[in-house]
Amino acid sequence: MTTQHETEKVSRRSLIAGIAAAGGTAAFAGVAAAQSMPGHDMAAMQDDAPSAVNPYSAPSIHEGGHGQMITVGRVDAAANGFDPTAMLTDWDFGTVSLMEDGRVLRTFEVEAIDKDIEIAPGVTFPAWTFNGRVPGPALRAKEGERLRIVFRNYGSHPHSMHFHGIHSWRMDGVPGAGLINPGEEFIYEFDARPFGCHLYHCHALPLKRHMHKGMYGAFVIDPDPELHPEFADAARSRLYGTPENARWQELVMVMNAFDTNFDNANEFYAVNTVAHAFAQQPIRIEKSRPVRIYLVNVTEFDPINSFHLHANFFDYFDTGTTLTPTLRTVDLIMQCQAQRGILEFSYAEHEAGPYMFHAHQAEFTELGWMGMFDVVEA
Amino acid sequence: MTDTSPGAPTAGWRRFAWLLAPLLVLAVAVAWIASVDPLRSFNNGAPPVEAIAFERVVLDSGGIKTFIRAGGSEPMTIAQVQIDNAYWTFTMDPPGPLARGSTAWLQVPYPWVLGEAHRINLVTNTGATFEHEIPVAVPTPVATQGQLTQQAIVGAIVGILPVAIGLMFYPALRGMGSLGMGFLLALTVGLLAFLLVDMTFEALELSLQSAALFQGQAMVILAALSTFLILMGIGRRSGQPEGLALAFYIAFGIGLHNFGEGLAIGAAFTAGSAGLGTFLVLGFAIHNVTEGIGIAAPMVDRRPPLWTFGALTLVAGLPAVFGMWLGSLAYGPQWSALALGIGAGAILQVIVEVTSYFLRRAEREGQSWLSAPVLSGFLIGLAFMYVTAAVIKI
Ligand SMILES: [Cu+2]
Repeated sequence: MTTQHETEKVSRRSLIAGIAAAGGTAAFAGVAAAQSMPGHDMAAMQDDAPSAVNPYSAPSIHEGGHGQMITVGRVDAAANGFDPTAMLTDWDFGTVSLMEDGRVLRTFEVEAIDKDIEIAPGVTFPAWTFNGRVPGPALRAKEGERLRIVFRNYGSHPHSMHFHGIHSWRMDGVPGAGLINPGEEFIYEFDARPFGCHLYHCHALPLKRHMHKGMYGAFVIDPDPELHPEFADAARSRLYGTPENARWQELVMVMNAFDTNFDNANEFYAVNTVAHAFAQQPIRIEKSRPVRIYLVNVTEFDPINSFHLHANFFDYFDTGTTLTPTLRTVDLIMQCQAQRGILEFSYAEHEAGPYMFHAHQAEFTELGWMGMFDVVEA
Repeated sequence: MTDTSPGAPTAGWRRFAWLLAPLLVLAVAVAWIASVDPLRSFNNGAPPVEAIAFERVVLDSGGIKTFIRAGGSEPMTIAQVQIDNAYWTFTMDPPGPLARGSTAWLQVPYPWVLGEAHRINLVTNTGATFEHEIPVAVPTPVATQGQLTQQAIVGAIVGILPVAIGLMFYPALRGMGSLGMGFLLALTVGLLAFLLVDMTFEALELSLQSAALFQGQAMVILAALSTFLILMGIGRRSGQPEGLALAFYIAFGIGLHNFGEGLAIGAAFTAGSAGLGTFLVLGFAIHNVTEGIGIAAPMVDRRPPLWTFGALTLVAGLPAVFGMWLGSLAYGPQWSALALGIGAGAILQVIVEVTSYFLRRAEREGQSWLSAPVLSGFLIGLAFMYVTAAVIKI
């Protein structure tokens, strides 16, 4: 039971509470000592527990590191039309053709669509989407290519695609430069540069609403090894389609969150939209192959988000625009909104098993932004 | 049959038919509205209105349990449960969507911490959230026999004891002259006026915590009004009550007041957040002594048998004990609001009766109804209750 000191403290504070609980009423009551306290004697706890779970005991290994602190149920990925796990490796390379000058022209097609999506088990969110998914397609190109993005607005509001990259003001996706009305089409065209891990998002006003409704996605430009002879190996390992790149287990993770009750604070935090998705279905990682994460933060309403890796450290390339790390051997990075970067690490020397990763704002973790790597042999 | 008029059965039948006709039209109208759904054109795609009232929260070794009542325009579904900004597994009994007005228990295996605050947040399938705060977490007392005995003792200390002490002033009051009597009755009206105001606001405040479908504020006012009229009706069956009868009415009104207080105290106990100090019990006891004096006042110029004092004490004080028991066993804020509303109606009746008794006395004895002793009695009654209540409220 409690010490004398604690008892005093409790009864003093309870006094205020008693009044509150009675609705400011008959602010009376008895003596604290008169109440029996069945709850806090750890030894006596199992008898009258109505549930099978003892909330005060440590969770077992079967509970996957989250114990009882998790959303209940599963999201219907089929009905949603997208699956957070599949999204990790689902790149949109567009269609490729050659221009008259011999350069590659890469064309993407993106549609804005209003769509109700299930962001946590049983919770529907009236989203605005690119291509019916949140985040939108992870567009991937190679440095120096000509990009053409055909954007059609089938949504109920004006929308645009604002790319983080280098381009003309006319291609910027702000009002008067590619922000279009429902039923209209716009073609953004610019060169793929600089290489790195970028993003795109709708820049219609009010900006905050269009962003937290789901209008964003990853935009990755792989470096051209020929343009970076001094770091050609690093560039080749990044460039999709090379044997060096094929070694890597590449994942695209978009940190996002949802304000379901429209109070300008988020009820759910996630990577790739679905709260606790990778806690309930850990991401399979082969020990022998290094891991590269393209990490983008589009969390609305909170100034920063973060990524913390358990039992390991990683190299970090802020914005991915360099071929040498901007941070070496760290286990936590912060990103403000629209900040992004590349993480590289390996579990080669670890024993196989479940390894956690999550935002290290405990609140975000507990509201869904937490997952596991299932590190396996081979 | 003693009816000799040949036309009577037909006339009776015709009257019945006239009664039937509007009912028939109503039935047809209801069926038509339900089938045609003329409101459909107003549907603009907005999600249904949702509302949840937390009627009870229980903290025990299994975690946090809460009894909720849905008040949505359509059945609503609890999708997820947050405690302290963390999603937590939960079970719901009965499971599934909650129809308007229906209730369910939610059980969350959450390791709450003694003496700290916790926050329950229910997320529905539309993403709407409903929050309830536990200001200080203390295990919910289990309704054991020992617990009920403890509550009875506390109930007796704040309900029965002060009324008994107040009635013990009776011999001292007897020697009073008619001015003193006027002072005393005015004092009674003053304390009752305080109770009326206090109870009404408490009832209205509690009613806001209850589910919208109870229409708490209207319920409180209507309950008070009905109680007032019923008690007036009963009281005036055989003339205007005086003496012993009036004392019993006062005791009854104060008893209802104490019952409502007991309900709220018992509920606070059950919410696990009512560990209060001895000085508050004392404060309450002193506060309620005035009630005893008020009950004694109209009997001062009679000589009632001794048993009536015991009976009056029980009528006024015992309900506090029942209130505490009931409040700790089954509680929704709407029931406390209802009890307090009824109590307010009863107090109003007593105020009217004591005032009219006092006015009749004043007229009989040719005194001014607003003399200095009367005015000071009323104000002292008000002030005494106000000041002692301030001690209790903290
Ligand atoms: Cu938009």
